[in-house]
Amino acid sequence: MTRSPSPRPPTPGAVALSGVSKAFGAVRAVDGIDLEVRPGEFFSMLGPSGSGKTTVLRMIAGFEAPSAGRVLLGGIDVTRLAAFDRDVNTVFQDYALFPHLSVRQNIEYGLKVKRVPRAERAERAAEALATVRLHSFGDRRPAELSGGQRQRVALARALVNRPSVLLLDEPLGALDLKLRQEMQLELKQIQREAGITFVLVTHDQDEALTMSDRIAVFNAGRIEQVGTPAEVYERPATAFVAGFVGTSNLLQGPCAVQVFGESGTYSVRPEKIRVAHPDDPTGPDEHAVTGTIGEVVYAGAQTRFLVDLEAGGQLVAVRQNFEESGADAARHRGSAVLLAWQRQHTVRINP
Amino acid sequence: MQLSRTARILLRLATALGLAVIYAPLLLVLVNSFNASRSFAWPPSGFSTRWWAAAWQETGLRAALATSLKAGLGATAVALVLGTMAAFAATRYRFYGRQSVSFLLILPIALPGIVTGIALNAAFRTVLTPLGVGFGLFTVVVGHATFCIVVVFNNVAARLRRIAPSAEEASADLGAHTFQTFWYVTLPAVRSALLAGALLAFALSFDEIVVTTFTAGPGTQTLPLWIFDNLARPNQGPVVDVVAAVLIVLAVLPVYLAQRLSGEPLR
Ligand SMILES: Nc1ncnc2c1ncn2[C@@H]1O[C@H](COP(=O)(O)OP(=O)(O)OP(=O)(O)O)[C@@H](O)[C@H]1O
Ligand SMILES: [Mg+2]
Repeated sequence: MTRSPSPRPPTPGAVALSGVSKAFGAVRAVDGIDLEVRPGEFFSMLGPSGSGKTTVLRMIAGFEAPSAGRVLLGGIDVTRLAAFDRDVNTVFQDYALFPHLSVRQNIEYGLKVKRVPRAERAERAAEALATVRLHSFGDRRPAELSGGQRQRVALARALVNRPSVLLLDEPLGALDLKLRQEMQLELKQIQREAGITFVLVTHDQDEALTMSDRIAVFNAGRIEQVGTPAEVYERPATAFVAGFVGTSNLLQGPCAVQVFGESGTYSVRPEKIRVAHPDDPTGPDEHAVTGTIGEVVYAGAQTRFLVDLEAGGQLVAVRQNFEESGADAARHRGSAVLLAWQRQHTVRINP
Repeated sequence: MQLSRTARILLRLATALGLAVIYAPLLLVLVNSFNASRSFAWPPSGFSTRWWAAAWQETGLRAALATSLKAGLGATAVALVLGTMAAFAATRYRFYGRQSVSFLLILPIALPGIVTGIALNAAFRTVLTPLGVGFGLFTVVVGHATFCIVVVFNNVAARLRRIAPSAEEASADLGAHTFQTFWYVTLPAVRSALLAGALLAFALSFDEIVVTTFTAGPGTQTLPLWIFDNLARPNQGPVVDVVAAVLIVLAVLPVYLAQRLSGEPLR
């Protein structure tokens, strides 16, 4: 097969997808995706169930051939290469440990099939076990480990090969909240120390926001937005992103015209909104809207107000509970309020 | 479920009767092989191992045993290779007509042996004889392989359906080539299923008589054929009992082992 050589960017992306699609029969799981992951980056693919994240990951790993488009690793076209010829490793959602091998043998597997000498194998496996803090577990079988420990073995088994890119498919999905948060920090730390490019698939927006350098938000086989966590959160490009990452809080129709003097769709994050008395003054650089508190939700650290706007629609505002407690919160229900926020926090969303 | 007392007693009786019907004749054969008397006289007139010694001296019997072992091993080997490959094709790859192929593979076990026998006989006559290949051990092996493939296929396919394909993907992901993945990951997972399938296949081949009748030439005699031949002959009754006693042990052992290995229904 001959291809005209594409102009190489100065530093090729660790992973690049160009025009990649994947159809399973009539289902278009991935629909024309362009993406570039930079070397050393912690990159997340965030999206709801069925949005095509896993399929994209599998095409990068080489388990699935794209129906159209090209996959590049380090600037080299690998679209036609088999999984075993690609310099990437995967941490599978179900870990996919080899049940008949010990933890140590699992970790050494990649080195063994690449004929790395036995001594070096043992040394690197011990190192990897230490990295994931499982020094004393080398001789156990995967069945004798907890979910969190299995997850670490899967990670060590991938890391020991020192791949240029590590792919992780919802690696923390099966863990409880506490362990998940611990592992998030740990993963981030391992990534920074090893200097490996991580591509993480998740449907958990908090996880993506916490860990990533950049996030791609997926919806129905397409990418809605790529940006840093702050960009994606503060300046959602589409109504979908505004809704999927955080609380949507959209203003549209007559309400938008009334507040902004122009029709369109606008978004404002709940924590940017000040809940004030209707007669309170508003600053010159503030947007403001009046409404009635429909519901008050006490959530420990914060209280959420669901406000029905006079001009139609609803906004959610969040207030830190500096002084208030759960008992006080409820009595706000039904009162008229003014919602105000800095103009800079209004985001205009592309239709 | 709670059963009444009477129902429980009746059930136990029925079970005991059923087991007795199955196993009493087998026991009788064992006892008779040590019976001092020449005829199947009951009660046994005394304990003797003379029939065992006589059986050992019988050259026709020894030849038949050797033929049976060769046929069993040959059919098992063919079944292992083809059955395993078919199981992989049917569970790991998608192709047009996959369901039908699985069904066609399993069908021979359901066909009456006599039908398989006649069909094979006709086929060998038209295809092999003109090529100069006569009826003999080779045709017996092929005949037995038709149903031995089924048990290997079923055992291995059932196992392959249970192991997650992600283990094989993980292996490829870690840099293992197709053969390495098969050797290090897939084979260990299906090894016991393979062994169980092989044991069952061998047991099936070893006591097969109908298909063998139609596929063995006049000069080829397997152990079951020898028994059938000698049963009616005068003076050979006790020797046949000895052979039967040995066969009971030889047949039960692989089936028992296979069941222990696979932990699944036999077929
Ligand atoms: N092997 C397959 N055959 C047919 N359809 C498939 C296959 N794999 C995925 N799909 C379909 O492709 C779409 C995307 O699936 P994918 O697994 O990539 O989603 P996902 O974003 O990873 O979702 P989740 O968060 O639930 O894991 C889904 O509609 C799915 O049903
Ligand atoms: Mg997925």
